Amino acid sequence: MSASAIINEPPLLQVSTDPEPSRKRNGLARARNLWLWTWPKLLAIAIVIGFWQFLVWIEWKPLFVLPAPATVFSELGNLAGTQRFWESVATTLQRAAFGYGAALIIGSTIGIAVSRVRTLRLAIGSLITGLQTMPSIAWFPFAIVVFGGSNQAIYFVVVLGAAPSIANGIISGIDHVPPTFVRLGKVMGANNVSLYRHIILPAALPTYVAGLSQGWAFAWRSLMAGELLVIVLGVTSIGANLEFARQFSRMDEVIAWMIVILIIGMLADSIFTSISRNLRRSRGLAIDD
Amino acid sequence: MNAAAPQISRAQQPALRLENVTKVFGGKNSSTKTVALENVNLEVNPGEFVTVVGASGCGKSTLLNIVADLEKPTAGTMDVDGRVAFMFQEATLLPWLSARRNVELALRLHGVARTDRRGRAEELLDTVRLSGMADKRPHELSGGMRQRVALARVLAQDAQVVLMDEPLGALDAMTRDHMHDEIERVWEKHQFCVLFVTHNMREAVRLADRVVLMSSSPGRVKLDQRINIPRPRRIDSAEVAELASELTEALREEVAAHVR
Repeated sequence: MSASAIINEPPLLQVSTDPEPSRKRNGLARARNLWLWTWPKLLAIAIVIGFWQFLVWIEWKPLFVLPAPATVFSELGNLAGTQRFWESVATTLQRAAFGYGAALIIGSTIGIAVSRVRTLRLAIGSLITGLQTMPSIAWFPFAIVVFGGSNQAIYFVVVLGAAPSIANGIISGIDHVPPTFVRLGKVMGANNVSLYRHIILPAALPTYVAGLSQGWAFAWRSLMAGELLVIVLGVTSIGANLEFARQFSRMDEVIAWMIVILIIGMLADSIFTSISRNLRRSRGLAIDD
Repeated sequence: MNAAAPQISRAQQPALRLENVTKVFGGKNSSTKTVALENVNLEVNPGEFVTVVGASGCGKSTLLNIVADLEKPTAGTMDVDGRVAFMFQEATLLPWLSARRNVELALRLHGVARTDRRGRAEELLDTVRLSGMADKRPHELSGGMRQRVALARVLAQDAQVVLMDEPLGALDAMTRDHMHDEIERVWEKHQFCVLFVTHNMREAVRLADRVVLMSSSPGRVKLDQRINIPRPRRIDSAEVAELASELTEALREEVAAHVR
């Protein structure tokens, strides 16, 4: 592919037009990359577990307060074999998807509106940032009184936690679109709608994705806080299980659920990271490899 | 240049006419306002290649922005007969689109039907000799290739007036030299008129039917020189070099007069 391109080049230019070598990776190199990517993470996990085991060995706390890693992991294995575990995970993920989805729609709409309408920006621009800095758990007393111990209370707080970050992501993305792109669009005859569709929104996408990622982190935190505080009768969830395990002083189960929360959070984050990396790479902004 | 019959009849009417155009930036207060352009008169005929040269701050870019309707003149009138396309200092390709899709977007905004876009874009990339690069992203292309995609995009807009704002400023001398041939070839084929801004006098003489010298603060047209050197020209030919140094001398006197 690059060979035929070079034929089109006048010979003098070959020096300056060296097309960047395309990513040719055979299986071996891929495995090597995977290992390069994996080992620091494995090492970090090993250090944490090693330190934890060390604390157990020196009997820093009694075993019923700080159980050994092996106990916790076997408890996690037991839990994973139960139907309750998967029902709880499903409930929580469903809530996360619904709450985050609502935040996505609301945050994006508000973000675009604020970036378009000057008056709106003056009115609520700083309020959005203010909401972003407000710990979402502070909304729960209000939400519980207004919505009662229901899913709505949880969704309310999840949306309030995530939507400001998403809105701010799209606002700052649009604010930082290079002015020459806008000039280009106008010169090419774009009207308001096509300017947004073909130029401004795609240009704002990387910053928007950063906002989405931050919004997810806030949504996940708010959801966990909500599930601990708002126990909906008859509905089992990760947070509810964590709270029950604490009440019954089952520390191995408490830590097992915490690990589940951590893993889900990390998996979701890795999705955003990979979207963002692909975006940057396709635009020539990636600094890796 | 070989003007076709319909263009001769249209030659009565310039493709672009600026009459006493003045552009003032800043407030009404005389200490804060800057006069970027003052009483600029300029006519460009259809198919004519005009280069504009001046010291920095002579309002060259402002002039192009006014012609492109990106800015309004404070006073005076501007008439353009036909569509305007713009080639910027940087290639300004959209980094999320491949070379072909960048050209296709221009076609789409120009109202070309979906089914025709792909073939037309490939044709245009072929015109600027980039057919093998259609699926490359801008960052995978060299500076010269990027400007050629930008040139293909200009062609996609099917404009009668093409504005170029130092489009080759960031290129090395050899690539720049090659781009001169490329721009000249495409211009001769498509017969649009060009208003090309540069601060490189040899480049101006190499390309132009007419070189317009501008003074700075405020920007005014100082000299309008027809270039009669036959094409094809070479930037390192004696004729081009000689005329360029004469014009540079004229511009230097202008700058010196202004400083005094």
